[in-house]
Amino acid sequence: MAATLPASPFPQAQDKPRTEPVGEPPVQRKASPWADIVFSALAHGAAWLVLLLLLGIIGSLLISAMPAIREYGLSFLWRSDWDPVKNQYGGLVMIYGTLMTSFIALLIAVPVSFGIALFLTELSPGWLRRPLGIAVELLAAVPSIVYGMWGLLVFGPILATYVQQPLQKLLHGVPYLSRLVEGAPVGIGIFSAGVILAIMIIPFIAAVMRDVFETTPAMLRESAYGLGSTTWEVVFRVVLPYTKAGVIGAVMLGLGRALGETMAITFVIGNMNQLDSPSLFAAANSITSALANEFAEAEEGLHQASLIYLGLILFFITFVVLALSKVLLSQLKKGEGSRT
Amino acid sequence: MKIAQISSVLILSASMALAASVQAQDVTGAGASFPAPVYSKWADAYNKATGARINYQSVGSGAGLKQIRAKTVDFGASDMPLTDEELAKDGLVQFPTVIGGVVPVVNIKGIQPGQIKLTGQLLGDIYLGKIAKWNDPALTALNPGVPLPDEAIAVVRRADGSGTSFIFTNYLSKVNAEWKSKVGEGAAVNWPTGAGGKGNEGVSAFVQRLPGAIGYVEYAYAKQNKMSHVLMKNAAGVFVGPDDLNFKAAAAGADWSKTFYQVLTEQPGKESWPLTGATFILMHKSQDKPVQATNSLKFFDWAYGNGDKMAADLEYVTLPDSVKNLVRKQWGEIKDGAGKAVAFK
Repeated sequence: MAATLPASPFPQAQDKPRTEPVGEPPVQRKASPWADIVFSALAHGAAWLVLLLLLGIIGSLLISAMPAIREYGLSFLWRSDWDPVKNQYGGLVMIYGTLMTSFIALLIAVPVSFGIALFLTELSPGWLRRPLGIAVELLAAVPSIVYGMWGLLVFGPILATYVQQPLQKLLHGVPYLSRLVEGAPVGIGIFSAGVILAIMIIPFIAAVMRDVFETTPAMLRESAYGLGSTTWEVVFRVVLPYTKAGVIGAVMLGLGRALGETMAITFVIGNMNQLDSPSLFAAANSITSALANEFAEAEEGLHQASLIYLGLILFFITFVVLALSKVLLSQLKKGEGSRT
Repeated sequence: MKIAQISSVLILSASMALAASVQAQDVTGAGASFPAPVYSKWADAYNKATGARINYQSVGSGAGLKQIRAKTVDFGASDMPLTDEELAKDGLVQFPTVIGGVVPVVNIKGIQPGQIKLTGQLLGDIYLGKIAKWNDPALTALNPGVPLPDEAIAVVRRADGSGTSFIFTNYLSKVNAEWKSKVGEGAAVNWPTGAGGKGNEGVSAFVQRLPGAIGYVEYAYAKQNKMSHVLMKNAAGVFVGPDDLNFKAAAAGADWSKTFYQVLTEQPGKESWPLTGATFILMHKSQDKPVQATNSLKFFDWAYGNGDKMAADLEYVTLPDSVKNLVRKQWGEIKDGAGKAVAFK
């Protein structure tokens, strides 16, 4: 019998009362009080560093943009001429381009991403879930310049031949609508930039949406199914309300990326500083694209200051987007509190 | 903003790294990207021949001007010549190195290179958006027998500021009055129409992809990519194609003896290609670092003497000997702090 029992881990303990401590007490090193202070200072420093950097960037932008701010003030926002020869600058074209392309991108990307996330969490057969999820995530890893070149060389001509030209024929003579598709069918412009952006942000939005959908407790879902809900009802009545904060976060993440995207946009937007047509297929410009194209060769003085002013405006736009999303989220949380 | 900041940080750190690694005798230059291939090739060959090192950073003409004004480099390079007043203000001298041409290229089905003739007036009207179709009466009248299609003209131009655009807009300003009053000339202008591509690559990609497109690129770029060029009417009324000889003719027609401020567009001469331009080197008249200045001049002297073949291999056109000798004479103006000329004998 004794052979089958495991040997006692405490051989000496057998002939001593159990209250006696076994062996030496573990040596405890006393931490110096300085360690705490230094660590806390480091942690504080790291946190403040971010804030200082942010302030530093805003400050340097403001200082460098000063000549343009002094010259134009806020009228820079609605001046539409950008003329380096006459040294007159206004940011309306670029601001419009940035907002419009991002808007188109969201318009396309949000429903598609929602569909992807929904399919992956609710509808997809188990064996397809992983490969499809990985494929979506891989899309996010494609460098933006590749999207730009693909947009210019492959997607642009397709868009011009199979979308814009048929639309022009279809809407010929229709007031207002025909103006939306006018212009030479070259396949570059606001719409193609928006579509390329949409493709770029879909993986981000879809991946985050899928992750938040998966956080819905199985119990809630199963209960809803158990009560006879359809998949549609489960998603819209249970999953979405439960995860709306995360979904909005995902959309804002995509919007942030769309606003700041540069290289892909430069390729497909056409880089045209004119706002003479409401056409979705007209070449336009975005803030990021203008900066990337003109900064290296911009002359010191008003041209450079105006470009930096544009950068400041982009900074402000992204800041507002972020702030709005935070406000929206806090409103939602409040709403939740009152309902339960 | 992000990109600009990142790139300026990159340039800064790159130049700091360079500065740390180069020896005191090494020469640093920065500027125009158009002549960068030939400068690099010259520098490489010069290094093999003499052991001296020349570092050239291709950062763009505007950035090159900024750097030479701030004296962070020994020489700056620009595709746009500075006027004599601007030079005097900054205490700079400039001299040309190589000549290049800007070539209008088209993409029309069934049209061979050199089959379409254009005048400066028509080219300006196309870029103003006034001529929007390839079968416009003005174009068909100039090109009888050429099957110009009923197709929209897709205008393509540079989106980034560039010396190529400067030569192009300078030419249009000379030959098209409306262009001059409405748009003007410069590295970046307020383009009335068309799509902008980034760099020669961007423009050529647009032109090759868009049916009915017209664009303009550096000659070397057009030649290497076998793009379909047009014939242009020059100041003497002759239709010429882009060719080394035509660029040389344009350079020879200019009067370099008074000033090197020469934009070689619309030069007289039956063989002159009208869209020709030289690229320039800028140096300070009064040198804080005379050793580097001497080394820079030695390099360019060597390049003038031995670099023609290398430049020709890269499709650049070199200066006529008369102009080279004028440049060498002008180097006497570059002096060190004590007022002694840094040029070598």
